[in-house]
Amino acid sequence: MSDSIAIDLRNVTKRFGDVTAVDNISLQIRDGEFFSMLGPSGCGKTSTLRMIAGFEYPSLGQIYIHGREMGHIPPYQRPVNTVFQSYALFPHMTVEQNVAFGLQMKGVDKASIPGRVKEALEMVRLGSFGARRPRQMSGGQQQRVALARALVNHPEVLLLDEPLGALDQKLRKEMQLELKGLQERLGITFIFVTHDQEEALTMSDRIAVMSQGNILQVGSPTEIYERPICRFVADFIGETNFIDGTVREANGTHATLATEEGLHVQGYTPRPVQPGQSATISIRPEKARLLPVNGNSTPAANTMPVRVERVSYIGSDTRILVRAHGGRSLSVWEQNTLSTLDREAYWEAGDEAVLACPVDNALVLTE
Amino acid sequence: MIEASSKTQARPTVRPGFRLGTISWGNWALGTHALLVYLFLYVPIAVLVLFSFTQDQFGTRWTGFTFDWYARLFSNDRLMGAALNTLYVALASTVASTVLGTLLAMAMERTRFRARPAVDGLLYLPIVIPEIVMALSLLAFFAFFFDIIEFVTGATLRRSLTTVTLAHIAFSISFVVVVVRTSLKNFDMRLEEAAADLGANGWKTFWRITFPLILPGIIGGALLAFTLSLDDFIISLFLSGPGTSLLPVEVYGRVKRAITPEINAISTLMLMLSMTLVFLSQVLQRRR
Ligand SMILES: Nc1ncnc2c1ncn2[C@@H]1O[C@H](COP(=O)(O)OP(=O)(O)O)[C@@H](O)[C@H]1O
Ligand SMILES: [Mg+2]
Repeated sequence: MSDSIAIDLRNVTKRFGDVTAVDNISLQIRDGEFFSMLGPSGCGKTSTLRMIAGFEYPSLGQIYIHGREMGHIPPYQRPVNTVFQSYALFPHMTVEQNVAFGLQMKGVDKASIPGRVKEALEMVRLGSFGARRPRQMSGGQQQRVALARALVNHPEVLLLDEPLGALDQKLRKEMQLELKGLQERLGITFIFVTHDQEEALTMSDRIAVMSQGNILQVGSPTEIYERPICRFVADFIGETNFIDGTVREANGTHATLATEEGLHVQGYTPRPVQPGQSATISIRPEKARLLPVNGNSTPAANTMPVRVERVSYIGSDTRILVRAHGGRSLSVWEQNTLSTLDREAYWEAGDEAVLACPVDNALVLTE
Repeated sequence: MIEASSKTQARPTVRPGFRLGTISWGNWALGTHALLVYLFLYVPIAVLVLFSFTQDQFGTRWTGFTFDWYARLFSNDRLMGAALNTLYVALASTVASTVLGTLLAMAMERTRFRARPAVDGLLYLPIVIPEIVMALSLLAFFAFFFDIIEFVTGATLRRSLTTVTLAHIAFSISFVVVVVRTSLKNFDMRLEEAAADLGANGWKTFWRITFPLILPGIIGGALLAFTLSLDDFIISLFLSGPGTSLLPVEVYGRVKRAITPEINAISTLMLMLSMTLVFLSQVLQRRR
């Protein structure tokens, strides 16, 4: 099951006049996978989804759904369903009629429709709302109707275009869990479009990070966060400190960078680099450590002297902004593992310290 | 708790004197104004209805109540014939112009091409040009057209109910398009995508989604076409043939001689018809 390919995009390009919305992407999405497409607004996520659904046809390239080339097959003949960001519920129909619509269109046996509609509505916990009109429901409820309306058809693939975008923060978190649970129970392939990295990390089996019509990286949430392959991905997912410099030495997996201040920092290289090339060190704030200054010893590898600028205690963490000698600001997050009110246990503005980062926690990235 | 409630109570009392003062004076003036406008609009109509029941044979004084004029009306073949002609023309031209206008509106809402602004403008021309010009142009057109037919086939055509109906269709279409386009503009195209996504082809999408949602606009357009046709005078005068006169033309011919309560009676009936239609369309639209 998990080895067969649900969606296969081969060198797909989409142009609107002069705009290239999707630029030669290739992508395979597995059966039963919760797959997210993540990227800033305008990077081509919706265009990709609309090509899979059949609302747009690729300018170049092919799309296969379960091995079948889609070509110019219209949306109503494709084995996928979409949950639209705006929900697009039919305002002149009741909730039940909305959910039944797809079954009626497919010519499903009339007698079985009410049962399946009821089942779908119960699945999204709207069992008693069937007789209402969409406008009599809250945003979250409408969202769930849209979900039921799509899922009742048992699509092979469900496409979701920023389905939680219009919900408030709390509802959003609830719906994330609900969606994920539903997907696991039903085993349907979900292709989930979002510009919210946290949402993508929480829910996905795999994530494709997109920028300007290109796919930069495809991987599990851990891979994307821990081993971003370029500066854009490291920047877009989570928070990080960047230090620019020039590659001094490089072997297959590690490289040493000389920073503008003359410091040497060593890190892991997800993609090979050449000496002399300019590159960026990325250090996640929670992966750096602040150590007290130890006057005697010679500086260890990957350390730099800093001064504490600002300390924000936020309960679980303490977020510390430090300034390196060259004037560069960096942030360090420390987990508050001790339960104490002792002021000695915390950093204070003005403290001198050493910032340390294990070699494998620093990444040497190129554009 | 106490603080919060005192805060919310404080808001409406910010400037009570000012607001109350202006509003009561303004309300009084506006109310009076509205009353006068309504009187201005409806007193003439009320007088017409009232005098359709008067016993006075000139229909201009109240001398007692009678249904006689309605009875006479129904036995007046000329008036009844004109009324039936009018209904026939109105119904036929409404159906045709509504179907054609709706399709045209959809075509115009959904296609983009460079010359569209110009094409849009041309569509509104029949609404703004003087009706007399429209009537003359149609008259000239039919004369020309009949000549060609006669030349080619030898058959002689005359102005008839058909020519009036065609003329009414011609001037109604623009109005229908304007009304239907408004509801198409408010129609969310994503609903059609959603329907296609759920397996509906273009035909089913139109009948199950688009049509029901723009139906209020279509009904509005049809109603407008119907009333325009019902009370059209100039075009009907120019384009109806001998012996096929429509009600407004017939009424005008009689009024030139004398106003009779019979005329008041038929006008009252036309009024009832229009009001019933408006009422029905509103009931229909509220149900959706
Ligand atoms: N129908 C269209 N016509 C013209 N340009 C479009 C159209 N749809 C999308 N685009 C352009 O394509 C690019 C990608 O858009 P989109 O796929 O909607 O991005 P995203 O969903 O990631 O925000 C944008 O620059 C957008 O302006
Ligand atoms: Mg989008």
